[in-house]
Amino acid sequence: MGGQSLFEKVWNDHVVVPETEDTPAVFYIDLHIIHEVTTPQAFNMLRDTGMKVRRPDLVLATMDHSTPTVPITNLEESLDAVSDPEPANQIRAMVKNCDEFGIKLHGFGDAHRGIVHVIGPEIGATQPGKTIVCGDSHSSTHGAFGAMGFGIGATMVGHVMATQCLLLRKPKSMAVNITGKLKLGVSAKDIILALIGKIGVDGGTGHVIEYRGETIHDLNMEERMTICNMSIEAGARAGMIAPDTTTIEYLRGREEAPQGAAWDTAVERWLTLPSDPDATFDKEVNLDVSELEPQVTYGTNPGMVVPISKPVPNPGDNMSFKKSINYMQVEADKPMLGTKVDVVFVGSCTNSRMTDLRNTAKILKGRKVADNVRMMIVPGSEAVKQKAEAEGLHEIFTAAGADWREAGCSMCLGMNSDKLGKGQLCVSTSNRNFEGRQGPGGRTVLASPQTAAASAIAGVIADPRDLI
Amino acid sequence: MEKITQLTSKTIILAIDDVDTDQIVPARFLTTIQREGIGESLFIDWRFDKDGNEIASFPLNAPEAKDRKILVAGRNFGCGSSREHAPWAIYDFGIRAVISSEIADIFRNNSLNNGLVPVVVDTETHQWLLNNPEVEITVDVEACEVRLPDGKAIPFQIEPFARHCILEGVDQMGFLLQNLENIKAFEKNRSWQP
Repeated sequence: MGGQSLFEKVWNDHVVVPETEDTPAVFYIDLHIIHEVTTPQAFNMLRDTGMKVRRPDLVLATMDHSTPTVPITNLEESLDAVSDPEPANQIRAMVKNCDEFGIKLHGFGDAHRGIVHVIGPEIGATQPGKTIVCGDSHSSTHGAFGAMGFGIGATMVGHVMATQCLLLRKPKSMAVNITGKLKLGVSAKDIILALIGKIGVDGGTGHVIEYRGETIHDLNMEERMTICNMSIEAGARAGMIAPDTTTIEYLRGREEAPQGAAWDTAVERWLTLPSDPDATFDKEVNLDVSELEPQVTYGTNPGMVVPISKPVPNPGDNMSFKKSINYMQVEADKPMLGTKVDVVFVGSCTNSRMTDLRNTAKILKGRKVADNVRMMIVPGSEAVKQKAEAEGLHEIFTAAGADWREAGCSMCLGMNSDKLGKGQLCVSTSNRNFEGRQGPGGRTVLASPQTAAASAIAGVIADPRDLI
Repeated sequence: MEKITQLTSKTIILAIDDVDTDQIVPARFLTTIQREGIGESLFIDWRFDKDGNEIASFPLNAPEAKDRKILVAGRNFGCGSSREHAPWAIYDFGIRAVISSEIADIFRNNSLNNGLVPVVVDTETHQWLLNNPEVEITVDVEACEVRLPDGKAIPFQIEPFARHCILEGVDQMGFLLQNLENIKAFEKNRSWQP
C-alpha cells in the first residue's frame, strides 16, 4: 500500500461503516457549525419527527448571514429598529431553536458572535484532523487547519443533528502545488483567484484539494483560510492544507483548543496528518506565483478573472460569456483598471480577519476614500472588531471616510439592508461575483483587500502596488 | 418524497453555463424559516424585469414550461452556495430531473435528497439536447439511462443508494438511524475525542 494523503488520513479516521457498492460510507462529523439561514427547516424536521440534536456539545451556533451590521444591544428592543422583518424573524427563530434543542448560541453581545468560518478558528474549535460541516459552502475555509470542512444542504444538516453522521462517497483528491514568492501588494486572495482562473469554476468538482508548496508554507493561518475558503469557487468539495508549526502556534491557548497534557497529545497526532511523501493524487496542478499581479474579476463567476493590468478577454461567439460581460457592462479587450466604482466592501468569510484589516489600513492610512465611493468595512467577528479597535485600525478607517460596521456576512450576499443598488459597481473582497449577489442588479468585482482599498481611494479600479 | 421510476416529458432548455444558486434562488429569499413557498422565487431576477413584468423570452416563462418535468441546463449547473432552497424551488415548479454535462457537487447532493434527479450526460448528448428543444425524452432512473426519440439510450450514473431512495421515495435518514449502534460504538472506541 502506498502512502496516504492528508485527506485520506482524515477520511479514514472518520469512517464509521465503510462504503459498499450499494451504500455510501457512514461518516462521522466532529464539529457541526450552524447559523440562522440553513437550519430552520432542519429544526422543523426534528420537531416533526420527535428527534433530538444527538450531540449538542459538537454544535457551534451563531448568527451571521441575515444579521444587520449596525449595533444591536438587546434583541427585543433594537432588532426591529434596524432589521428587515423577515431576517428579524429568522434571527428570533434561531434563538428559540437553540434554546429548545439545548445548543449554546453565540448570539448578540457574545464576544464570539460572527461569521461561522471566522469564529470556528478564532475560538480554537477548528482543529487539524477534524471533520467540520456547516450549511454553508464556504465551510472549506476550515481546511486551512488540516481539517476536512465542507458545505451541506438543510437535509444533511438534519442528518448531522440527528445522528452526527452523513452518508458519503469518498471524493477524489487533487494536489495544487504553489511555488514562488509573492510580490509586494499581491496577496493570498490573488493566488486563489488566479488558480480559479486557471482551472475554472468546475476545475475541482468531485475533488478535495490539498494546497501545497513553499508559498503555502509561508502564509499565515488567516491567509491560508482565504485560499481554502474559495475552494468551492473552483467547484471543489473541500480544500486542505497540512498542519505545521504555523497551525499549532495559531491554536495554542485558544479557548476550545486542548489544554495541558491533552494539548501535547493532540499536537503529536496533528503532526502525523501531513501527506506521506509517496501519497498520490487523482489530479495535480502547479501554479507559480512569483510574477503574479493583483487579480480582478470582470464577469459573473469567479473564474472570469484577469491580472489587473491585462485586458478583459474577447468572448468570440460564447453566448454565456457575452451575457456575463454585458451584465457587468465591461468591454472586451480593455483592462478593468480605471473602471468607475460606486461601493467598496471589505469583509466576508474570505477577507474579514486581522490580516485583511491590517492590509486595508496600510493603504487607507493618511488617505481619503473618493467622493463617489461608499466604503464599508465589516469585521468577521466581534472579537476581530475588538482587536482591530485595540490596534486603532478603526480610526484609520473612519478618518479615511470608510464606514466601520458590526460583524456579519453583510454585503457579501445582501440578506439584510447592506445591499448594492441596481447597476452599482462594487469592488468586493468577498467570494462570489454572481449576478445580483450583492443586491439585485448590482455588479461585483472580486479583489483583494489591498486592491479594494486602492480602488476606494482612486474612485476607480486601481492597482494597490502604486500606493505601497 | 414521491417515488420516481421514470419520467417522460418534453424539455425546458436553459442554455447558460455555470448557472449558480444565487440565480436559482437569490439570497434575499433565504430569510424564510419554512420549506413552503420557495418556488415563487425561482429564477426571479431572470423571470421578471425590474417592474415585475414577466420576461417572455425566459424559457421557464413559456406557457408550455409548466407541464414539463425535465430541465436541460448549460454546463456546471447549480454551482455556488449550499442552499437547499435551490432544488426545492426547482421541484416546486414541477421539474423532476435536471440534465447537464456537469452538475455542481453540493447541488447534486441536495437534489438527490429531494427527489430531483440530477443527470450528467456526455457532452455530445448534452449539446444535442440543447439544440433540440421540442423533443420528448425519457429519464429512466431504474435503468440509469436517458432515452432519446430515436430510441438511443444514453447511460448516466447515479449514486446507487440515492437511486434506491428515489425509486422507493424514502429519505436517506432511515439508513443513518439504522446505524445508530455503529455510530455509538465508533464514538466509544475512537482514539481521540473531538
